[in-house]
Amino acid sequence: MSKPLNIVVCGSLVPDPLQTLEPVQTPQGPGLKNEQMLPSVLDPWAACALYEAAALAKTRPGSKVTLVALGPKAKLQQLMMTVAQKVPLELAAVNAPAGGFTDAKDTAAELAKAIQALPAAPDFVFGGCASASRDAGVTLQFVAEALGITEFFNAVDELKVADDDSFTVKERIEGGQYLVSTCSGLPAAIGWATGSLPEPPNNPQTGMMNMRGVMPALMKAPAANVGTGGIAWEKAEVPASKRDTVVKKDMSVEDIAKEIVEWIKA
Amino acid sequence: MDQGMKIVAVNIEGNGTFAQDVPALAETIKASGAELVLLPGNSRAKRSAAAAAMRAGAEIDTNVVDLELVDGKPVARRWVYRQRIFTTFSRAARPWVIVTDPSLFGEICAKVGAEAVPFAAASGATRTTVNGVENAGTGGESTIKPDAQLLFVAGAGWTKKQADGALHFDEAAETITGFLGRSGASLGSSKSLVDMPEAAAAFKFMSHMNQVGQTGSTPRHAKGLSTCCHGEEPHVVGWRFVNERRAVNLDANCGWAQGKADVVYVADAFAVMKKVNELLG
Repeated sequence: MSKPLNIVVCGSLVPDPLQTLEPVQTPQGPGLKNEQMLPSVLDPWAACALYEAAALAKTRPGSKVTLVALGPKAKLQQLMMTVAQKVPLELAAVNAPAGGFTDAKDTAAELAKAIQALPAAPDFVFGGCASASRDAGVTLQFVAEALGITEFFNAVDELKVADDDSFTVKERIEGGQYLVSTCSGLPAAIGWATGSLPEPPNNPQTGMMNMRGVMPALMKAPAANVGTGGIAWEKAEVPASKRDTVVKKDMSVEDIAKEIVEWIKA
Repeated sequence: MDQGMKIVAVNIEGNGTFAQDVPALAETIKASGAELVLLPGNSRAKRSAAAAAMRAGAEIDTNVVDLELVDGKPVARRWVYRQRIFTTFSRAARPWVIVTDPSLFGEICAKVGAEAVPFAAASGATRTTVNGVENAGTGGESTIKPDAQLLFVAGAGWTKKQADGALHFDEAAETITGFLGRSGASLGSSKSLVDMPEAAAAFKFMSHMNQVGQTGSTPRHAKGLSTCCHGEEPHVVGWRFVNERRAVNLDANCGWAQGKADVVYVADAFAVMKKVNELLG
């Protein structure tokens, strides 16, 4: 009979992708203009990892999903109002700056510390294959290395776990292909790409249940000193990207098709 | 090349496992004695380079698109926030592992005069067995063609009710695959289209791997044609490196028209692409 799984998901907040981002210089290094005011969402790839974790936990009664999130406490609290309504989870929070200019190694060290402080060692450590902030794709590898996890898979779209805890994964590789691998046992770390699950609808009951644990977890979130590490930022700029768009409203289908074909062949 | 700085390039290719590649790569970094170690940002390097750098006591930065030596000091450039903010930075710590954009590896290595160093995969213990490689999607030939001149992006509009009030999934699929076959274009998709379970049967030639944008890829093609996709910011961040951009959309005020495309045709993409297919023969 298959045993319950202890699944840890590393994920944090990023600015809502619909927001305009403008870099500014702060005493701590580069940051975003009005960063504290920008609405945040759960990092999209980490969100995919969370939904996959919840789906996997459902297949093994008694399994637990713990979201380990590093970010400013007040913003995490706002974020959890939505995220906690999605899937059953526990939260382990670390109160520290999160963003595109912080050092991944510092972040990973704090995440590893938070995972080690959990009551049980993880069977799976999930996370996004990269973040929508730093977009380095290194944090989960650092965490795996710090935790001594030797089996790591990156940009995963499919994970099938057998009753004996062996599992098969499909990792994205070059040219629109998957590398298919089998691993004979746990623990393992999985950096998710999008997976295949849609975003679950908000469930207020799940939210109320989760928030009982989330609020105390936020209250006792340890503060961590995460900064720019050894990176010396010289410049951060938004490139001019606005084009002079020509909107063609009154052309016939034939003329549009001809123009597109000419453009393709040019 | 700066005579005082040892820069090496480790061209790690093919497939491997984390458990075996990390110690081998860490050893390669240490044994090279280099201050800068360059790696191509392919899937194998991206899986293992960060842990290997950590084990070798090195710093690491990924997705680097440019590197130059300024007065002997290496200065790198990369994007943050998914191609929205472009940064220039350096590090004092050595060794420094720099994982470049895969398409720029050769160019960057030549620019800084990196010396090639072989990478030999270790045969240490692992619980992982690589079974092989398969195409994404279930529609046979891969629709993702990184070398194609043209990126053709399909949005969720292809699955909406048409003028007759009915859904036309099969017709949409036939039009899209017909265009891909005739033009040799690579297929991209919006998240909303690949997330749509009701369209999955007809659109089996595409998967989440085709997704372009915030949670998808940022491909490099000379031209991009968007159809039935609104051009909101999460879509467009995936178009950063597509030079010439055109869109077909029924909405004259869609995101593409707000300075994100060169030309927007306000028209029905079903009709336009069918005609394009006819003209392409």
